[in-house]
Amino acid sequence: MDFRDSGDEAAFRDEVRAWLAEHLTAEFAGIGGRGGPADEDAWDVRLEWERLLGKDRWLGMAWPEEYGGRNASIVEQVIFNEEYAKANAPARVSFFGEGLFAPTLIAYGTEEQKRRFLPKIQSVDELWCQGSSEPNAGSDLSNVQTRGVLDGDQWVVNGQKVWTTLAHRAHWCFAVVRTDPDAAAHRGISYLLVPMDQPGVTVRPLRQMTGTAEFNEVFFDDARTERENVLGDVNDGWKVAMATLGFERGTAFLSQQLGFQRELTDVIEVARRHGATDDGVTRQRLADAWIGVQIMKYNGLRMLSRLVRHGVIGPEASIGKLYWSTWHRRLGELAMDVLGPDSQILEGAAGDPYALDELQRIFMFSRSETIYAGASEIQKNILGERVLGLPREPR
Amino acid sequence: MDFAFSEEQEELRQTVRRFLEDKSPSSEVRRLMETTEGYDEGVWKQMAQELGLQSLHLPEAHGGQGFTFVELGIVLEEMGRVLLCAPYFSTVVLAADAIMNAGTDEEQAALLPGIASGETIAALAFTEPNGRWDAAGITMEATKQGDNYVLDGTKMFVIDGHTANLIVVVARTPGTTGEDGISFFTVEGDARGLTRTPLATMDQTRKQAKLEFSGVEAKPLGAPGEGWAALSKTLDQAAVGLSNEMVGGAQRVLDMSVEYAKVRVQFGRPIGSFQAIKHKCADMLLEVESAKSAAYYAAWAAAEDNDELPVVASLAKAYCSDAYFHAAAENIQIHGGIGFTWEHDAHLYFKRAKSSEILLGDATYHRELLAQRIGI
Repeated sequence: MDFRDSGDEAAFRDEVRAWLAEHLTAEFAGIGGRGGPADEDAWDVRLEWERLLGKDRWLGMAWPEEYGGRNASIVEQVIFNEEYAKANAPARVSFFGEGLFAPTLIAYGTEEQKRRFLPKIQSVDELWCQGSSEPNAGSDLSNVQTRGVLDGDQWVVNGQKVWTTLAHRAHWCFAVVRTDPDAAAHRGISYLLVPMDQPGVTVRPLRQMTGTAEFNEVFFDDARTERENVLGDVNDGWKVAMATLGFERGTAFLSQQLGFQRELTDVIEVARRHGATDDGVTRQRLADAWIGVQIMKYNGLRMLSRLVRHGVIGPEASIGKLYWSTWHRRLGELAMDVLGPDSQILEGAAGDPYALDELQRIFMFSRSETIYAGASEIQKNILGERVLGLPREPR
Repeated sequence: MDFAFSEEQEELRQTVRRFLEDKSPSSEVRRLMETTEGYDEGVWKQMAQELGLQSLHLPEAHGGQGFTFVELGIVLEEMGRVLLCAPYFSTVVLAADAIMNAGTDEEQAALLPGIASGETIAALAFTEPNGRWDAAGITMEATKQGDNYVLDGTKMFVIDGHTANLIVVVARTPGTTGEDGISFFTVEGDARGLTRTPLATMDQTRKQAKLEFSGVEAKPLGAPGEGWAALSKTLDQAAVGLSNEMVGGAQRVLDMSVEYAKVRVQFGRPIGSFQAIKHKCADMLLEVESAKSAAYYAAWAAAEDNDELPVVASLAKAYCSDAYFHAAAENIQIHGGIGFTWEHDAHLYFKRAKSSEILLGDATYHRELLAQRIGI
């Protein structure tokens, strides 16, 4: 047990710091910390920045070298993400491509598929979106109704996906599609890769309670994709989809703790300015939030050590997802209480009558976080059944 | 960067677990908790002579093995898991750490070998009838008489104070307040003028005593009047130790709940298949795992003796207290009627959870302390 960097780790950290210091300048420095899952601030500049990351192989650092990666270890990835967060660098635009699709592709894709798609993710020429949820397939994802039918050398796709983050920016969608309607729920599903820029694909923004629309509805009306654009075997896409969800619940979130720490520091500062730190109850809640964000770090480190030793995180990843999403929601509530009546007034912005500030956005957007990537109730089922071994719900 | 126990540490855990499962089954816990002494002398000797548990983290120069707080945390976790009835926390954590923090090298050389060998049972007497855990709570005065000091006043809630043959006492110089004038002293258990009364306790697995001092002659431990830093550090270390102990109990009640939820059938199905029960268990798992993360990290900080210790000590004590109590309470609820009986062990853990939560300051106290320590 030792939380200090080893010699190699320290050297790697220095390399990352030096790179960030050299490149995070001019217009890139100006957007530090801005942008997030619900924020398209400074999109073009962030796109440029992402290209820079790809050029020097920080984007894709975990990939094998033969696919343009650095073959970076898990600890190196964590070090990079820590330094990235500390440097207040821009929020990443290729989360879905690099964070979710690429690891799934490396695990399940053919050699041709890897050669075809990984370079374009790294050069930021192709962005991805995730076609999982549907109006009637939320927590019960195996109930997807979107159909894929082979027509000669192409799949023809019909149906609707929803909550598709950044679909309006994406070039490709990795979609969970029913290809055998006669098979049992989990068996007739394939993991199709569908190009977004075609007449059969319509993206409609879905305005959320935040007033903004980062999520979308995606309609497939005889959309087409080539026959080879299936990840894994046809009708065997469920396990591929589960692997993607595993990445979404696991490593992708290991490094976000530093961002949360920064948000809490802001809330404490606001509390000071509003005189709320004199109030005993508020002090308790601030201390509790601080304890929570530290434990998130310790939990992440323990999970990381397990990952390094055993190679997989396993269903325990649900602890992390459940923990951070619940904590973040409480932080948003605390921030509003600390602000008092001020929390109810929108600062407003030119041309945007419902412009939220950072804390208001946390308060509202965090309501989605206990729903997406597996609702809290689903996480608890996973923990109960797959970690503790409790019997399944009768079906 | 590595947050995992080494192979040697895992072996230590297994050795201690096997020993305690053998020596401290529920029947033994129930036998000892009914006694005034509250421990088994033979087991205490074996702990010292066969496993070296009392000497674990004491310095090698004074009969110890020179291990760290990480190893001590492992032992405490295993003890908490079985509710071991023994004066270990009082002797090895509270008293020995106070001696190491406050005592001169000569004083340590005189006092620690007895603890290491298991001959000495020691207690730290610092709380008083006012029930405070801070410097202001210490009102007992130490009056200088020639080269010696004389103690007058009452110490309360002294863990194992009635069975200890060495009492480390915290008192203050007359006329001082707050953190000024705090001093450590040592007194033998059978000292003249000392009246010790065992207290009946809600948690019978950890004994407490009232110690009344009437003109008791005491030897100083460390420089008189300058003891606050050593006491504060001792309390932080003890909070870390107790957090690790609590984690052991919390994991045990989660195991009990899960085992029962798998076999107890109602409405024709195991109750663990109902989400109402399943989600309770999932919540407990999240809290127990998080409590472990906090307790282990804090043990590392204590082992390193770094600047983080005061903050993570309060962090761990606050979180682990809440997690253990919640898990112990849910364990009763999940067991239903049987969980409310004297026969079932659920109440033993529930009571230990409560007494541990209060010992050294509850979660509310430590959250406030933490707020001050991080500058809020």
